Amino acid sequence: MRPRVAFFSFGSCEGCQLQVLSVEDVLPELLSVVEVVNFREAMDDRGDDYDIAFVEGSLVKPDDVAELQQIRARAKILVAIGACACLGGVNAMRNRRPVTELAREVYDGRQDGVFAALPDASPLSSVVQVNYEIRGCPIDRIEFLEAVRSLIAGTVPYVPPFAVCVECTLRGTPCLLERGIPCLGSVARAGCNAVCPAYGAPCEACRGFHEVPNFEALGEAFFRHGMTRTLAAEKLQLFNNYREVREAWEQAVPSSSAT
Amino acid sequence: MGASRAVVVRHVTRIEGHGNIVVDLEGDRIKRCDLEIVESPRFFEVLLQGRPYDEAPRISCRICGICSVGHATASVHAVEAALGITPGPKLRAVRRLNMAGEWLQSHILHVCFLVAPDAFGVPSIVPMVGSHPDVVKRALRLKRLANDICCTVSGRHVMPISYHAGWMGHWPERVELRALQERLIAAEEDLDALVELFAGLSWPVVERRVEHLASLEDGGAYPMMGGPLHSTSGAVTAPEAYRDALHEYLVDHSAAKHVRGTDGTIRVGALARYALAHQRLHPRAKDAAARLKLRADSANPFDYVAAQVVESVQAHQEALDLVSALLVDPAPEAPARPGRPHGGRGVGMVEVPRGTLVHDYTIGADGRIKSANCIIPTSLNLVSIEGDMRAFVPSLVGRPSPEIAHALEMLVRAYDPCVSCSVH
Repeated sequence: MRPRVAFFSFGSCEGCQLQVLSVEDVLPELLSVVEVVNFREAMDDRGDDYDIAFVEGSLVKPDDVAELQQIRARAKILVAIGACACLGGVNAMRNRRPVTELAREVYDGRQDGVFAALPDASPLSSVVQVNYEIRGCPIDRIEFLEAVRSLIAGTVPYVPPFAVCVECTLRGTPCLLERGIPCLGSVARAGCNAVCPAYGAPCEACRGFHEVPNFEALGEAFFRHGMTRTLAAEKLQLFNNYREVREAWEQAVPSSSAT
Repeated sequence: MGASRAVVVRHVTRIEGHGNIVVDLEGDRIKRCDLEIVESPRFFEVLLQGRPYDEAPRISCRICGICSVGHATASVHAVEAALGITPGPKLRAVRRLNMAGEWLQSHILHVCFLVAPDAFGVPSIVPMVGSHPDVVKRALRLKRLANDICCTVSGRHVMPISYHAGWMGHWPERVELRALQERLIAAEEDLDALVELFAGLSWPVVERRVEHLASLEDGGAYPMMGGPLHSTSGAVTAPEAYRDALHEYLVDHSAAKHVRGTDGTIRVGALARYALAHQRLHPRAKDAAARLKLRADSANPFDYVAAQVVESVQAHQEALDLVSALLVDPAPEAPARPGRPHGGRGVGMVEVPRGTLVHDYTIGADGRIKSANCIIPTSLNLVSIEGDMRAFVPSLVGRPSPEIAHALEMLVRAYDPCVSCSVH
């Protein structure tokens, strides 16, 4: 029997689900090996009986928690897709300011009804057990297909344990950090084929960190190339500002350090 | 007084994001008729505060997966306006090519994947893989081509990478452009078939005349890269004075702000652009409009679908023309330098697939963003969507509730709302 698959989203741009729809060349084949029972962005079907739940987005409003718990209770396998679901992502940039302040700036201070927001934007793993993660902002469509293949085969989807720098070297992209551009490739988890540096933007660690990130060395490298250590800490906030993710680099690259 | 009943759709399907339809009827009197926007607030305007301006296109494109190229474009335009940077002709051409790619991908996604199932009476495109394999294959081919245009220019379609104020982090190479050119030429047939398909479909009629708005660029091009905001009322507003024409306000049932025009309800997007700029279309797109019998003065929101089909032809033609022009000389252009490096305020106003998008930044002398405001096309359309629902309901009251719900979902869907984007 084909595994029954469902897609859900919390606070996000739904870009990762769009990446799923971007597997155009193999979409008919994909639909022949899985049965999609719930995918609001593309289908009317609202099945509650599923084996695998792919969940995008971070938890940002009070209702999100119970809804995610219900998905967890129904799914045999829960897969977090994208930086928001795995790490908090850009949503967690707001965690350094109290939510009352945010509400004041955007909603004239209203926090009732549809304007309600949790104090922190957080990854799925802060509330439920997540079986697997597909990292990235957005996820890579090929990596998604490979994860589906692994899940059908009953194996563990592969997540590269090494740094983005490895992929830059393999594809021959000149080092941005050496040109004084604030790139996080040395601490960031690979798997994206280092696409950002190849297209002229520094790595911002949207896949989180690899197995042995050396934040202290990152701060020093920034300093050596004419940037402040503080800038390194600031760049690390972009996708990795959820408190549990943040602790390691805050110790190594204190944002209060003047240099 | 007739019996009361409620028509509720929790989480309208085949749209981006979370919205509910809530209608309360008492006999045939409408007591309530709302499109609740229950998407999560993400506070992007606050997230941008304090960040270096170079990050702005990359942070703000995360507002929306479907129109991330549009957000990056509006964002980089706002930064350039603030810093006094005038982009060169090749930079403008490459960015326009990427926008054409995004228009094509977004419109094809909407008309073929999200809307077409209604015409065939199925809940999604999935059953059509078996029943209408040619329709599905053509849609998939066009969508792939559109995605690949964006991948060529900016590394990927969702979250474009190479946007910087005054320069591109990557310039498409001759070999990449030539490959695109070949595929664009081959795709003409698919677009022709798309027009044929939609010319044969019919939709409900909800005629309701409201103000149509689009940002028309100087020089006569079809509206895409932004310029003064034109209204069917005749009013013209400079981008930086957008607050004179667009008035944001809060309502209890929507996490997205509602927006009023000067005279009341407004519409933006393909239908509004077509109303204001149909003379600017390429002859191929004009021909498509004639085959689709799309009237320039249409006030029927279901015509958004036909207008998007017309614009798909336009986007395809523009992409082909731009690729061919770039192939003459694909060498990178020198970066444009800031004329006002100490910063200031800048507004980027562009036409994204769903309509007029505004990014308004103030950049400090330290190169960091001090404040930001973004207005999203779906926000601009919310008042109109609810007005159309109200106008549509009386013709539906005799039917069972599930049918009313389905008809209203189709109406909301016709606008191609981008809900999480509208809340941001």
